[in-house]
Amino acid sequence: MPDPSRIRANVVGDSTEVKVLMNHEMETGQRKDAQGKVIPAWFIQDVTATWNGKTVLSAQWGPAVAKNPFLSFKFKGGAKGDKVMITWVDNRGEKRTDEATIA
Amino acid sequence: MNLQRRKALRTGGGMTLLTLVAAAGWLRAEDAQAAEWNKAAFETNSMDATMKALGGGTPAQSKDIAFFQTPDIAENGAVVPIGITSNIPKTESIAILVEKNPNMLAAVFDVPAGTDPSLSTRIKMGQSSNVYALVKADGKYFVASKEIKVTLGGCGG
Amino acid sequence: MKTSRSGRAARLVAAASVVALAATAFGQSNTADEIAKYRAALQDGNPAELWEARGEGMWKEPRGPAKVSLEKCDLGMGPGVVKGAYTQLPRYFADADRVMDLETRLVWCMVKIQGYTEADAKKNPFGAGNDRKADMEALVAYVTSESRGIKMNVPQSHPKEREAYALGEKMFFFRGGTHDFACSTCHGEDGKRIRLQDLPNLTTKAGAQKAYTTWPAYRVSQGELRSFQWRLNDCFRQQRFPELVFGSDASIDLTTFLAVNANGAAFDAPAIKR
Repeated sequence: MPDPSRIRANVVGDSTEVKVLMNHEMETGQRKDAQGKVIPAWFIQDVTATWNGKTVLSAQWGPAVAKNPFLSFKFKGGAKGDKVMITWVDNRGEKRTDEATIA
Repeated sequence: MNLQRRKALRTGGGMTLLTLVAAAGWLRAEDAQAAEWNKAAFETNSMDATMKALGGGTPAQSKDIAFFQTPDIAENGAVVPIGITSNIPKTESIAILVEKNPNMLAAVFDVPAGTDPSLSTRIKMGQSSNVYALVKADGKYFVASKEIKVTLGGCGG
Repeated sequence: MKTSRSGRAARLVAAASVVALAATAFGQSNTADEIAKYRAALQDGNPAELWEARGEGMWKEPRGPAKVSLEKCDLGMGPGVVKGAYTQLPRYFADADRVMDLETRLVWCMVKIQGYTEADAKKNPFGAGNDRKADMEALVAYVTSESRGIKMNVPQSHPKEREAYALGEKMFFFRGGTHDFACSTCHGEDGKRIRLQDLPNLTTKAGAQKAYTTWPAYRVSQGELRSFQWRLNDCFRQQRFPELVFGSDASIDLTTFLAVNANGAAFDAPAIKR
């Protein structure tokens, strides 16, 4: 079970600002270990953010996104108490969904 | 900023359940199938090849795409903050490309209606390079670029 | 490793291929500005929070052979008191009859309360990727996060605390190893730099305060949350000194010297650094 993401969602005017920190190695597949073997690529490929069931952001990533990815975005709407959900899927098929309450 | 106590949701979702649930016309948000990962687009090393894989033509230079909170110099290429705002109407997606990375395309963000065409993230850069913000708006592609220099500090530790 | 001013010109030219602006005096200050912007941009979203969350869970979870949590661990301010504890470490502990820093105290609690062997509690103190996470770094992240904003107040009331400080000070100025380095070689004067990294002068109050209060930190170049034990261990490696053994008396003494020198400044970690 992958480690949880850290999500902050705050009302800013008529919008909601979301900041996410995801726990992921984001291994590029370019590095070699001490024995000279390539360390296999391991990275988040898909990210989906929803608010009350509506998709507010979706993304496709490659391994060039930094390790322990950070993401910040804003969408119109959202009230205190609403739920924001962030899901990621990586190239190993591992998945992680976390939910935050808008403050 | 108040830290949220985030609730971790355990996801189950074997394919069978997903198919059943989808067939019932009731898809939970976290099971929403994203479009299949565009492998071809993430394995190119030129703008032309990337555009071809994304299904677009040559992007037009645009002054309506801005970088924000994006420093000119990164103390370490492992983490380079990139913020992009598109002021082009009907922006559908924002992509980040790094010219001198082994593969140019770092990320593509689909921006649905109601979401600000403005976001920030962090990328890896193998060396000093031009970084491109590629915007798709109303079916057409636009681009702006910025040079970011990558350094290495200290004793390399 | 040359860090003298006369070597600066040579390094600027060498760095020119990387940072074109650095060739002129004006360019030099511009570089510093841009790096400051880079550091500022990193503040918004510190992956250290991921370690803090994991560490908090670990503190509260029943673990080890005894299947007990760490919630009765005494970090110096009473059993279970985490808030502010890091600002008073290292300190003398009567039950162990020695001065301990945070990591050695955590090892103590893991052994005494949770039933781990000392060897098990000390193994893998520094993480290496998601497949080899270090429990210790997560615990350090959590405990230190509970001291954020509180003024450093490391005690020097017990004779052993004073002895640790004196030994740490000796170590700081002790030249050795294959390159005849001391800590003071890099950290004993103003205006020193290794490539584009400004080196804090740890012999001044301001330098000592700024440096100590910003560890532990998520080191971008490491992709890990790094503790003060790691920082000293890595300094020793870079000086070509023998390994600074994790949790050794030497590491505690040196930490005591540096921590006491930071007294009075507000703790501001876990931070994020290059």
